[in-house]
Amino acid sequence: LQSVTVELQSRFVSHFPSHLQVTDSRSRRGGRKGSTSSSSSSSSSVAPDPLSSMLEGTDPLSLFAAASELGRKRRENEEEVGADFEPWSAKRGEILARFTTTEKLSIVRYSHYFHPSSAVSEKVRTRLEELDDLEEGSQRELLNLSQQDYVNRIEELNQSLKEAWSSDQKVKALKIVIQCSKLLSDTSVIQFYPSKFVLITDILDTFGRLVYERIWSMCSDPRPIPDSFSVEDVNDTAKETCLNWFFKIASIRELIPRLYVEAAILKCNRFLNKTGIQETLPRLTAMIRGIGDPLVAVYARAYLCRVGMEVAPHLKDSLNKNFFDLLASFRQIHGDTVQNQLVIQRVEIPVYLTLYSPAIHWILQCVAYRAPDVLLTEMMERCKKLGNNALLLNSVMWAFRPEFVAARATDFIGMIKDCDEAGFPKHLLFGSLGRSLACADPPESERLPILNEAWKVITKVRSPQDYINCAEIWVEFTCRHFTKREVNTVLADIIKHMTPDRAFEDAYPQLQSVMKKILTYFHNFSVLFSMEKFLPFLDMFQKDSVRVEVCKSIMEVFIKHQQEPTRDPVILNALLHVCKTMHDSVNALTVEDEKRSLALLINGFIRMVSFGRDFEQQLSFCVEARATFCNLEPVIIQLIHTVNQLAMETRRVMGGSHSRKTAAFVRACAAYSFITIPSLTSIFSRLHLYLLSGQVALANQCLSQADAFLKAAVSVLPEVPRTISVEGKQRSSEAFLLDFINSFLSTLLVVPDHPEQGVLYLVRGLLNMVQDYTWEDNSDAKVRVYISALPLLAAMSQESYLYTIPKVDSNETLYGGDPKFVAEISRLCETLIGQVLDHLKTLGREEGVRRQGSLAFSLFSTLLAHGDLRNNKLNQLAVNLWNLSHKNGHCDTRTSVRTLEHIKQQAQQPELSHLSDMLLRLSLQSRA
Amino acid sequence: LVEVLAGVVVITSKEAVQHQGISLTMEGLVNLQLSSKSVGVFEAFYNSVKPIQLISSNIEVAKPGKVPGGKTEIPFEFPLQAKGNKMLYETYHGVFVNIQYTLRCDMRRPLLAKDLSKTCEFMLHCQPQKSKVQPTPVDFTITPETLQNVKERTSLPKFVIRGHLDATNCVITQPLTGELVVESSEVAIKSIELQLVRVETCGCAEGYARDATEIQNIQIAEGDVCHGLPIPIYMVFPRLFTCPTLETTNFKVEFEVNVVIVLHDDHLITENFPLKLCRV
Repeated sequence: LQSVTVELQSRFVSHFPSHLQVTDSRSRRGGRKGSTSSSSSSSSSVAPDPLSSMLEGTDPLSLFAAASELGRKRRENEEEVGADFEPWSAKRGEILARFTTTEKLSIVRYSHYFHPSSAVSEKVRTRLEELDDLEEGSQRELLNLSQQDYVNRIEELNQSLKEAWSSDQKVKALKIVIQCSKLLSDTSVIQFYPSKFVLITDILDTFGRLVYERIWSMCSDPRPIPDSFSVEDVNDTAKETCLNWFFKIASIRELIPRLYVEAAILKCNRFLNKTGIQETLPRLTAMIRGIGDPLVAVYARAYLCRVGMEVAPHLKDSLNKNFFDLLASFRQIHGDTVQNQLVIQRVEIPVYLTLYSPAIHWILQCVAYRAPDVLLTEMMERCKKLGNNALLLNSVMWAFRPEFVAARATDFIGMIKDCDEAGFPKHLLFGSLGRSLACADPPESERLPILNEAWKVITKVRSPQDYINCAEIWVEFTCRHFTKREVNTVLADIIKHMTPDRAFEDAYPQLQSVMKKILTYFHNFSVLFSMEKFLPFLDMFQKDSVRVEVCKSIMEVFIKHQQEPTRDPVILNALLHVCKTMHDSVNALTVEDEKRSLALLINGFIRMVSFGRDFEQQLSFCVEARATFCNLEPVIIQLIHTVNQLAMETRRVMGGSHSRKTAAFVRACAAYSFITIPSLTSIFSRLHLYLLSGQVALANQCLSQADAFLKAAVSVLPEVPRTISVEGKQRSSEAFLLDFINSFLSTLLVVPDHPEQGVLYLVRGLLNMVQDYTWEDNSDAKVRVYISALPLLAAMSQESYLYTIPKVDSNETLYGGDPKFVAEISRLCETLIGQVLDHLKTLGREEGVRRQGSLAFSLFSTLLAHGDLRNNKLNQLAVNLWNLSHKNGHCDTRTSVRTLEHIKQQAQQPELSHLSDMLLRLSLQSRA
Repeated sequence: LVEVLAGVVVITSKEAVQHQGISLTMEGLVNLQLSSKSVGVFEAFYNSVKPIQLISSNIEVAKPGKVPGGKTEIPFEFPLQAKGNKMLYETYHGVFVNIQYTLRCDMRRPLLAKDLSKTCEFMLHCQPQKSKVQPTPVDFTITPETLQNVKERTSLPKFVIRGHLDATNCVITQPLTGELVVESSEVAIKSIELQLVRVETCGCAEGYARDATEIQNIQIAEGDVCHGLPIPIYMVFPRLFTCPTLETTNFKVEFEVNVVIVLHDDHLITENFPLKLCRV
């Protein structure tokens, strides 16, 4: 009988639906559960409803429903905030970064101690009184907090809010929020106020969201309600809970917390009635008039506008009302109370005024969003009436549409001029104007006067930092509408301001931005470099990393926009200088990626240099470039290619036959390559370039040079390592080496023997190298080279070669089919075949039968294609190889069948009739 | 037309419960207490006036017997009929006057088992009055000259504060509204507040005691507000702590609002407005 409970459910005609659960005091300590409070909801714990919690998550169906709901709503209501409205989230970081302090802060803490009322006499205690506790309760002030401590404290409060909420201590949560918003009435350490505002409104946002979601989830039983619900969808319990929140908030004693907290849960009005929001907003707007401190008031307005824009963006009237109220109370800023405060805190007026900017910007941004021009004009007129207040003017230029501002730029300049110099700094005003003009164009006729007027003021700014902040903005306008002359003047001015005391060192980001803007608008590099001040401007980037960054951006633009190759000495000199800067930044610590990207940019430049028919000039450019860019291998490679290309271009121009002069020139090119290649560290680059340059030399009839290249290639061969690194991974080099040798062999056909060396000097040299090279263990690579050398030798023994180089006599002409030459070739072939056969034998002994079969087959194919099979011995060898390759059944039957068919076809030709005899001896081994 | 209080008694138990009858008692009481200020500490202690019973009734919902285990619901209904020539007043919780309605459920149990009892309060709202309330706007101007209870008028700083209340006969569910303009003030203003005050009068054989206590204080202006700009007066009447203005032979519950202006030199200026609350 321990747990007998008696519960009373009274249904009484009253506005207080009461559902009371009363439990036997023995079984459960009553706490507040058993109290007779009329508020039915906020203290009763509702078990998490799986349905509603799912809905808060990502249930796809309801998401879909919500999305379509949203779509419908958007169609109905054009007034929703679009993507063109810069959201608050974009602003907050900026504010936090900008408004900081080193002063000591203090925070008032209220102890969270509160006692559950248990005594009968306190039965009637309500939350209302608990709220009073908070106000009168024990509080202590924490002094001497650094800014970071302060931020941490606020974050702690934010955390404890969430904790309180999740542990169902709704009253405590409300207390915390009230405590936080109270901090906003404190303007000591005024420089920090905007940041404080950001931090605390974050907490308020969290609170608003929690309350809204809670009530929303109460309506979601049994079925979730759509996002665009109407009052009829809300059940009584939810309404009662919501009403309770509003009653509680209405009884908060102090003005500022009451205002902020009510604004935070503005959205909840949707649960109560249709017109709630549109009635509350004007009321809260008017309530702000009661805030005496103008800074506190303006931020309260900003918060209200922000919440208003989120919840009901179509209610423009309150936004406007806020702005007009702001204007009406504007004189407060210059009132005695404020001035006294500033004196005590030792804050100067210009600094103080900039504290207003974020809030006024935001209010005006809300007001100006999709507002008709008429309204904006009216706003502007109202501002004017306040004696051209600079602070307002600044915000107007920030927040209003750039097009609107641009169209009236001259008016604005007039107003800026009329402003009082002592208050708001003028360069900020011009900065704001410049920002608008950077995105929208003023009437053409006004542009030059605008620039002149603006620059007249900017150039007078003393502080380099202020100066460059403003100048940077105006560079955009200048570049957009004017020629290099004006831009040059601007650059000259910037240099003049930023050079003294090395002021540029603190302004690299701005200077970089200036450079970026110039590069955006000037793609013609001859114009760009003909600006006298461009290079001096470039010289201001003296920190290496920044300098390289800037050079890179220049080169990127050049590569992207330069269409034609150029020989303009101005461009070449300047860019060579730029590239040299990039090159010189390379050191032992530079990462590969950085080197690659630098090399890519420099290569792009080298490719764009052309002196047309002036080949010698081009070559000397390459000589110079080689000296300049010696640390970047890809650039050296590019230079060798460029020179080779130059030689071939010369040949083309001369129609293939060189004059004495051009012959000397192409030899010079060859010499360039020959002495440049050894400096490369990559062995394959060296090999390929030797071969390529050899081919180019040959094509240009420079026989001894070609010989030298090829000989060099052969002599480098033994150095090829067995593994090379490809994209950071170690790979065997064998495949690359075989590729290279094959390509080398095919070149050798046309290379005539050196008169002073023996027959087939290069071929022998190559084969000797192949023989001596330490191949990988268990590799057939050497034999494969031998097999591929056979076709070359066969081709060499022909009467006329398959291909020749014009004006170069190959061995065919040199020897004229001399029997001794042919015999030499045959001997070489025999040796090679002998070597291959020896190798085949060793394979038979080991586990290499599969490799044996494949090698035998490839030798067979070579003999079939290139050998004279009328020779009985060769014929027999071929048949034996065929049989060997089929002996172990490892060969591909389809290839075999196709080979047989090919032989059959060949045998049809009268001169190859002997093949049909051989065909009879080639048996196809059946797989089974 | 008599309204009823209806509901269910819910009995939850694991096993069957033996009992000697379950009854419900409904009671409405006005508790009056004399403040020490009016009659002195000791008298206040002894002389608290006898409570006035407005309504009382008792019904038996179950005869002695057994309630089965599990959840048992027994419905009930009470007609809300005032006792004799008494009237039912709205629920109100004040300092010296308390009007409270309770419902108690008793389960008598055999020897050795404790009787079970549960009490809960229920709220009573008057039937809305049919008649429409005519708003009675009140304009006011506060200057040093209009003040009473001033010792040295010459030491007062100069100020002119004007304003109006939209009505002093207020609907209890609607906020108190109005406007206030600080037209001029020599000394900066520190705060402007609205103080809601209840005035409770208890009468008894020895005479009567009248006490004013604060219900809530709502700040409408903080700091040196902009002169010439109207500041809204707005206050929501808290539930439970306010009721329609009540006047009976034994006691009275009335309400007033004070507009309190605190100057920076801590001068306190108060302007009082009696209110008449009603439910429409």
